[in-house]
Formats: sequence, structure tokens, C-alpha cells
Amino acid sequence: MTDLTETPASRTDTEVIVSVRNLKKHFPIMGGLFRRQVSAVRAVDGVSFDIHRGETLGLVGESGCGKSTTGRVLLQLDDATSGSVFFEDQDLTTLSTGAMRRVRPRAQMIFQDPHASLNPRMTVASIIGEPLREHTKMGPVERRDRIDELLSIVGLDPSHANRYPHEFSGGQRQRIGIARAIALNPDFIVCDEPIAALDVSIQAQVVNLLEELQESLGLTYLFISHDLSMVRHIADRVAVMYLGHIVELTDVESLYDNPKHPYTEALLSAVPVPDPRAEDIRKRVILEGDLPSPSNPPPGCVFNTRCPIAEQRCSSEVPEWREIRPAHWVACHFAE
Amino acid sequence: MSASNPQTVLEVSGLKTHFHTQDGTVHAVNGVSFDLHQGELLAVVGESGSGKSVTMMSLLRLIPMPPGEIVGGTAEFADEDLLQLPPEELRKVRGGQIGFIFQDPMTSLNPVLTIGRQITEPLLLHTDLDKNGAKERATELLDMVGIPDAKARLKAYPHELSGGMRQRVMIAIALACSPEIIIADEPTTALDVTIQAQIVGIVKDLRERLDTAVIWITHDLGVVAGLADRVLVMYGGRIVEEAPVRDLYATPLHPYTQGLLASLPRLDQKGQELVSIPGQPPSMYAEPSACSFAPRCPHAFDRCFSEVPDLVEVRPGHRSACFWDVENERPRA
Repeated sequence: MTDLTETPASRTDTEVIVSVRNLKKHFPIMGGLFRRQVSAVRAVDGVSFDIHRGETLGLVGESGCGKSTTGRVLLQLDDATSGSVFFEDQDLTTLSTGAMRRVRPRAQMIFQDPHASLNPRMTVASIIGEPLREHTKMGPVERRDRIDELLSIVGLDPSHANRYPHEFSGGQRQRIGIARAIALNPDFIVCDEPIAALDVSIQAQVVNLLEELQESLGLTYLFISHDLSMVRHIADRVAVMYLGHIVELTDVESLYDNPKHPYTEALLSAVPVPDPRAEDIRKRVILEGDLPSPSNPPPGCVFNTRCPIAEQRCSSEVPEWREIRPAHWVACHFAE
Repeated sequence: MSASNPQTVLEVSGLKTHFHTQDGTVHAVNGVSFDLHQGELLAVVGESGSGKSVTMMSLLRLIPMPPGEIVGGTAEFADEDLLQLPPEELRKVRGGQIGFIFQDPMTSLNPVLTIGRQITEPLLLHTDLDKNGAKERATELLDMVGIPDAKARLKAYPHELSGGMRQRVMIAIALACSPEIIIADEPTTALDVTIQAQIVGIVKDLRERLDTAVIWITHDLGVVAGLADRVLVMYGGRIVEEAPVRDLYATPLHPYTQGLLASLPRLDQKGQELVSIPGQPPSMYAEPSACSFAPRCPHAFDRCFSEVPDLVEVRPGHRSACFWDVENERPRA
């Protein structure tokens, strides 16, 4: 798959590092006298996409759309119900625990809440050192050097290595989470809402750090976020999820300037812009109603209950996932 | 809305609130003064710990005391100082003349009472309406905030409603007694953007019909841009800038506001670089003796580290608490 004669630039366009095919994750709902499965929350209900080496794929959507579950199943933190996740040429869903363990150093995760994802009883050095202890043969001295190096890379003072997470601010804690994620020189990182818990003035610091690291370490990101403005800034391509399905996927420019799915359009129009003059002239598509329950999704197109242009066929016929222009994918009967 | 000679409905002056904790005294609000005009929407913007919520909570003494303590200041509303009102008088103001909308409707609505019961409660308490009259008014209020089938919804419990619907109920409760002021504390932060757009739409619509002044506390400069008449920017427990909304975004005067706006990515622009504000928000344990933004400020000079800048009017209606004259790039006289 990897052609070493290719230049990095052209590899960005072509080489696929992660390939997801018809991935489903259903969480069972138990009930009745014998606690049998009575239904299922269809958190992720058949998504397919590729992530190219060196790019940032943004995965956006509102709460409950399945974007975080997609990220977790991608790294096998949750088992897939069906479908496959190829990392280079291995299907991760078929790997044994031992084989998956050998893949883990190369595919890491940065979590949303730096308060919950760092063990409060471990020092920063032991948090960052843990993956090194687990996956490398480094001795204590070598490991210590690597921890210091990682702390400097993410902009923290190596002399603070023996402190505990609570002694750091939210932004600094997220840097610790990033240091842990890059400790083993991964190729691919799932960033699950990495800035959602941070203050505005700190968000830019962390995003800039992620961008610098991508450049210097050649990382590939899946950037999961509900912040559409930040995704426009950081992503190369963007996938929009609604109720367990990807409804649109294309490059960042086309998506923001020329959205083809009515949900994408409504979502983008709902995001406020920090400029009163721009706000005055913006047109809003206000969606009626609320998100349907993912345990009982509507038939046909999942968006048909709130869609401003829905017609009869939308409530009976599932729209095909079509490539309407090269590299612009949409699931809507009416997109052209 | 912002008429040439607006009537002031609330005048806050020198408000100071401290929290006495095991680790020391947190100086949450350090001398906040502002006016609220009739019918205007005043946005209070700041990051966590900037004192924006504590300021507004202090006005109605909704902070836990102890550990909280309102150390000083006055808040004049209807010819009386809210901070000196006896408790039974204050109860009449809360939920009556001043309504509150909180961030998370799931925790601020009582889960075991019906929606109807919770909307009629302030009506029975603060108005002359009887039970049936209150019920009618409650139906009208739910209708007003766009809840379909309002009459039937009166019997619903909060868990039966979605987050957006619950927040509409909160707005209905706040509006119940036709208050002069509504204080909304991050009312859309817990909501998805499409639902946020619905709620913002409702608030805009209601403001055209009612003459209620709104204080909208938020960290989201995007929401503020499309909604507010005037903005207060808070940092380190103080107001650092105050301006009409267009002036604030067009010509921000305080380096903190400038930094904040520069660090925001915009949906309608591409390829911009994010300029982050270096450093961390200030520790609130010490009594401020200098500009609390100075350690992170690109323009800070010696005076900034020894003196607290006052909020001074730089242009009509546009005030900034900064020793640096950003327009002429020199220290202010």
C-alpha cells in the first residue's frame, strides 16, 4: 500500500490509512421479565469513509448523532456490531486482543474531558510514562528523558513532571493528554471533542498545538467536534453525521461554501458568527422539532421528519450514498 | 430598543463578592458597576471564573452564603437597594419583577413536579391570579415560547421533554409574572446549535413584543453578535470593556477583547490563523492590585503591573479598563 517513491504531498491525496466500511454499533436495550434484548440504540448505523494519510478528517454533528461512538469503535474501544475498520491493510474488527495491542501504539486517542481522562492519583510523569512502560523496552532513565521531551513538545515545563493533574489548568491538562497520545509516535489520532471543555482563549492554544504536531510528526487526525467553526479551521475534509448516518462528506471548502444536504445547510446556518454586521444579513434555516430517538429512527431518510424539502418518497426510501461530484458524497434524493 | 434617552431599570455600583474557602478567599467579583436600560439586551461575556455569573447571582443573593459574601456595593432597582432588601421583600423580586433562566434546564426544573405546577407557582405567589387563571396564563406562556399543544403539556414532567423544550419552559417560567428584567445565565450553552438557533429566535421575537430588559450571560461571542444591544466583557472579576455591540466587534479597545476575537475561528471565513492568548486565566485568590490581564497582555508596561485600571469612557458609550491606548499605540494619558 505504501509506495516509498511517492512524495508526501501526493500521498496526502491518495494513500488511505483508515478505511471504514458499513460500520454499525448498536447498543442493546434490555427489558421484560427475563432482561432480554427488546430493542437497540442504533448509535452508528452503517457508515463508510476513508481517512487519508496526513489529513484531518472532521466528523461533525449534534449530540447523540453517533460521532463519538464512531471514534471509539474505530479504535476498538467499543466492539463493532458489524462492518469493518481497516487500518492500513488490517481489519481491526477481526483482530485478537493481542494483535490489537500491537496496533494500539500507532492509533491513539485524545479525550474530551481532561479532568476525567487523567488518573488523579498518578503524577504527570507516570501518566505519560504508562504507554512507554506498556509498549516499549525503555529503561527508567531513557523513559524519563522521553517524558521530559514530550512535556516540552506540548509546551509544558518538564520540571512539573512530578505534579498531579489537579495542579494544572484545563488547557494544561489537555496538553498532558496530548503528550500521552503522541508518546509512542502514533500515525493516527482520534481527537474526540478535544477543546469542548476548554475556555475560548485556551481553545486556540490547543488547536494550534495539534496543528503543529500534525506538521512535525506527520499525524493523521479524525477530529470529532460539534464546533463547526473550529472544524472549518482545522479540517481538510468533513463528514456530517445525523442519527447514526453520515449524510454528507467532502472537502472543507465545498462543504461550507456549497453544502448539498439540507441538514448540513441547516446546521451551518444555525452557527452564530462573531460579527454583528454579518449576523444581520445571514439567512437562517431553523429546523423544526427535535432529534428523533436513535432507538426508533424514522423510516426512509433519517432526516425526513425535520427536513424542509422532504417529500413522500423520503419517508419510505432510504437515500443512496452517492458521489455527486468527484469526492463529494451525499445521502439525499434531491442533491444534484 | 436603545433609545436616545433610555430609562435605567437597574444600577449596579461597586459590587464585590468573595468566597471564603479552605484554600483562601476567592475574589470572584472585584468592583463591578453597570447600568441596565429598559428593554435592552445586555450581554455579559467572559470565560469561566471571570465572575459573570457570580455578579448576577449576587444581585439576587442567589450565591450560597457562606462561603459566599457580598463584601460591598449597591444594586438599585425600583428605588431600592437589592443588596439591602430584607429576605421577604427580596422573595417578591425574585421570580416576580426579576426572572431567571439557568443554563441547564434539567437541573433547574423540579423533576417530580409537572410543568404546569412549576409555571403556575410564581403566578400564584406573585400575582392575584387564582388557580384557574394561573392555568390559563401558563397555557398562554407555553404558547408564547412555541411549545405545541400547550394545554396538554401542562401535565407533562420535565423528563418527557427534550432539552430545547425544557429550556422553553424555563423561559416561560421566567416570563410568567411579566418581569422588568430577565437574567439568563448561559441559557443555550447546553443545547445543540440547531436548538440554540430556535431559542435565540424565540428570545428575539419575545423582545419585540415585550419590553423586558435581558441580561444574557455567555461565553459565546457568536451568539452575542446576533442578539445583544450592548456588551460587558468581564475578566478577573471586573468589567474590562463595555460597548454597544457593533462597536465592540468593529473596534475592540481592550487587549483581552481583541485577543478573544482573534482567537475565534469563523464559520464564514477560511484559512485564517488562530491567534491564541498566551498564558492562563488569573488566580482569584489575591486581591487584585494590578491589571489582572497584564501577564497575558502583549501591550503591558510597568504601570499595568502596579495599578488597577479604571473603566473609562474612550468613545461615547464605549468604555475600556486599560492603560494602553490601542488606537494610538501608546500609554494612555
